[in-house]
Amino acid sequence: MRRAALSLGAAIVAFAAILAIFAPLLMPHDPFAQDLTHRYTPPFWLPGGSSAHWLGTDGLGRDYLSRLILGARISMLIGVSTVILSGIIGTTLGVLGGYFGGRTDAVVMFIISCRLAIPVILVALTTVFMVGSGLWVVVLTIGLLLWERFAIVARAATRQVSGLDYIAAAWAAGCSRTRVILGEILPNIAHHLLVIATIDMAIAILLEAALSFLGLGVPPPLPSWGLMISEGKDYMFFKPWVIEIPGIALLILVLGINLLGDGLRDRLGARTEQ
Amino acid sequence: MNAVLEIEDLRIGFGPLEAVRGIDLVVERGQTHCLVGESGCGKSVSALSVLRLLPKRARFSAARLAFEGNDIAGLGERGMARLRGDRMAMIFQEPMTSLNPAYTIGSQMIEVLRRHRGASRAAAVDRCIAMLERVGVTAPAMRLGQFPHQLSGGLRQRVMIATALLCEPALLIADEPTTALDVTVQAQFLRLLADIQRQMGLAVLLITHDLGVVARVADRVSVMYAGRIVEHGATGAVFAAPRHPYTRGLLASIPVPGKIPPGGRLGSIPGIVPRIGAGFAGCAFRARCAVAMPACAAPVPEHRLADGHRFACHLGPDGAWSGA
Repeated sequence: MRRAALSLGAAIVAFAAILAIFAPLLMPHDPFAQDLTHRYTPPFWLPGGSSAHWLGTDGLGRDYLSRLILGARISMLIGVSTVILSGIIGTTLGVLGGYFGGRTDAVVMFIISCRLAIPVILVALTTVFMVGSGLWVVVLTIGLLLWERFAIVARAATRQVSGLDYIAAAWAAGCSRTRVILGEILPNIAHHLLVIATIDMAIAILLEAALSFLGLGVPPPLPSWGLMISEGKDYMFFKPWVIEIPGIALLILVLGINLLGDGLRDRLGARTEQ
Repeated sequence: MNAVLEIEDLRIGFGPLEAVRGIDLVVERGQTHCLVGESGCGKSVSALSVLRLLPKRARFSAARLAFEGNDIAGLGERGMARLRGDRMAMIFQEPMTSLNPAYTIGSQMIEVLRRHRGASRAAAVDRCIAMLERVGVTAPAMRLGQFPHQLSGGLRQRVMIATALLCEPALLIADEPTTALDVTVQAQFLRLLADIQRQMGLAVLLITHDLGVVARVADRVSVMYAGRIVEHGATGAVFAAPRHPYTRGLLASIPVPGKIPPGGRLGSIPGIVPRIGAGFAGCAFRARCAVAMPACAAPVPEHRLADGHRFACHLGPDGAWSGA
């Protein structure tokens, strides 16, 4: 059961990654090409659907499947780059605090507390409102706001690991401090950080969708899934598939990432406890 | 005189506590020097201070700390890092946690050689295999590719000692290396240590609370109590004629078949090691000592006997009040 969940999660994430990487090759139509004579063509399983547009078209007659695939690329891009950014910030802070302790740790804890006191959505909205929307603005904003889990976990794990004998043994073998931190401590907390990375990636993707839904995320005509939901929301009672399709895509991707994260946590946790 | 390590008046403190209160220690080439004492008597921090691996909050001073004749008390972190793992090596108590679980045995061993010797990878691998073979690890080439969790405790301890000896150090510090091993493995390990020491002319500083281990391997023994060495001498002399009441108490608490009548009680020392702060005077053992007197609160004289045997007690070698 556990294994199945991990495999399913990994399969979903891998599928999304393939869509993201090979989006230009996989899209059947130009996702930006408008065709006002074929607005709101329903997907093929509904009456009036056509095999030319499998998932139908949107209000401007753009192919929905193509936009969904390009949207996967944007979601994955945002998920991965925010996790890299917040991972670097959080891990650096956490490892420094956990390793040096004392005053350094107090400063790190203070920074983490400050960050926890900030309402993420509000600050993201304000930033995007002031700076203007754009893909990299969204990445930077979310990345600079989501590092606290990394910091907290890295700090706790570093404290735990640095008290172990193999760290003392590394010192006794003549390792430098840089080498002890990067070569001995970091590889041994990496599995904790990997799990945090999956959690944060799911959160970042949802956050981007929320921002885009509010019109402050990825600017049109880029097809973010959140933006697609937003653009379709006026028709949700008449043509529910317009928001169902990107909504389900979002649900599946986030679910897949979470399954992967849970599975990794169980697997890696079991291995280190051996 | 072939002293590898000379320590004079070593003092270590943590906050208000005086963990080590002026110990003198000499370890000679080819010799095993055992530091014995209860938990908390300062033996482990003394060893760590030689490699300067004390926690940053520790206070540390020594009148002399010489390694192979060179003073290392003033050596910077960089100089110490060059010595560690090269000229002086240390092995730790827990073979289960002393190897980094994230790396294979091979990469951990090769790393040491490459750092200190700048050896090529192929040369390092050969040397590691030879060293593992020497410490009695079967199928050494295969072990290099294994992770620590794939090895048994005894095997890990052998890997640790092989790693420590890779650069042929002059001094090996072993902090309770046998405590976590079961008795049969313990005996094998001690025999191995003795063999290697004889072959390499290694100086060993062995920290233990196990007097059985001391009796097996030690040339000289220092009995530590509350941050001081209360008795020091050749192992045979100390075991045959212990002078300090604490040493006597320790020896009386070992079960010896035939010596203790069935149903008879083993000796024991009541109480625990006291925590000593600044301004403490007199004998630290007096609260637990069977022959303590009010005058034990006065500074303790040190008595010197033949062959470097010395002890610190108000009672002289003849057992009479020495009238300090």
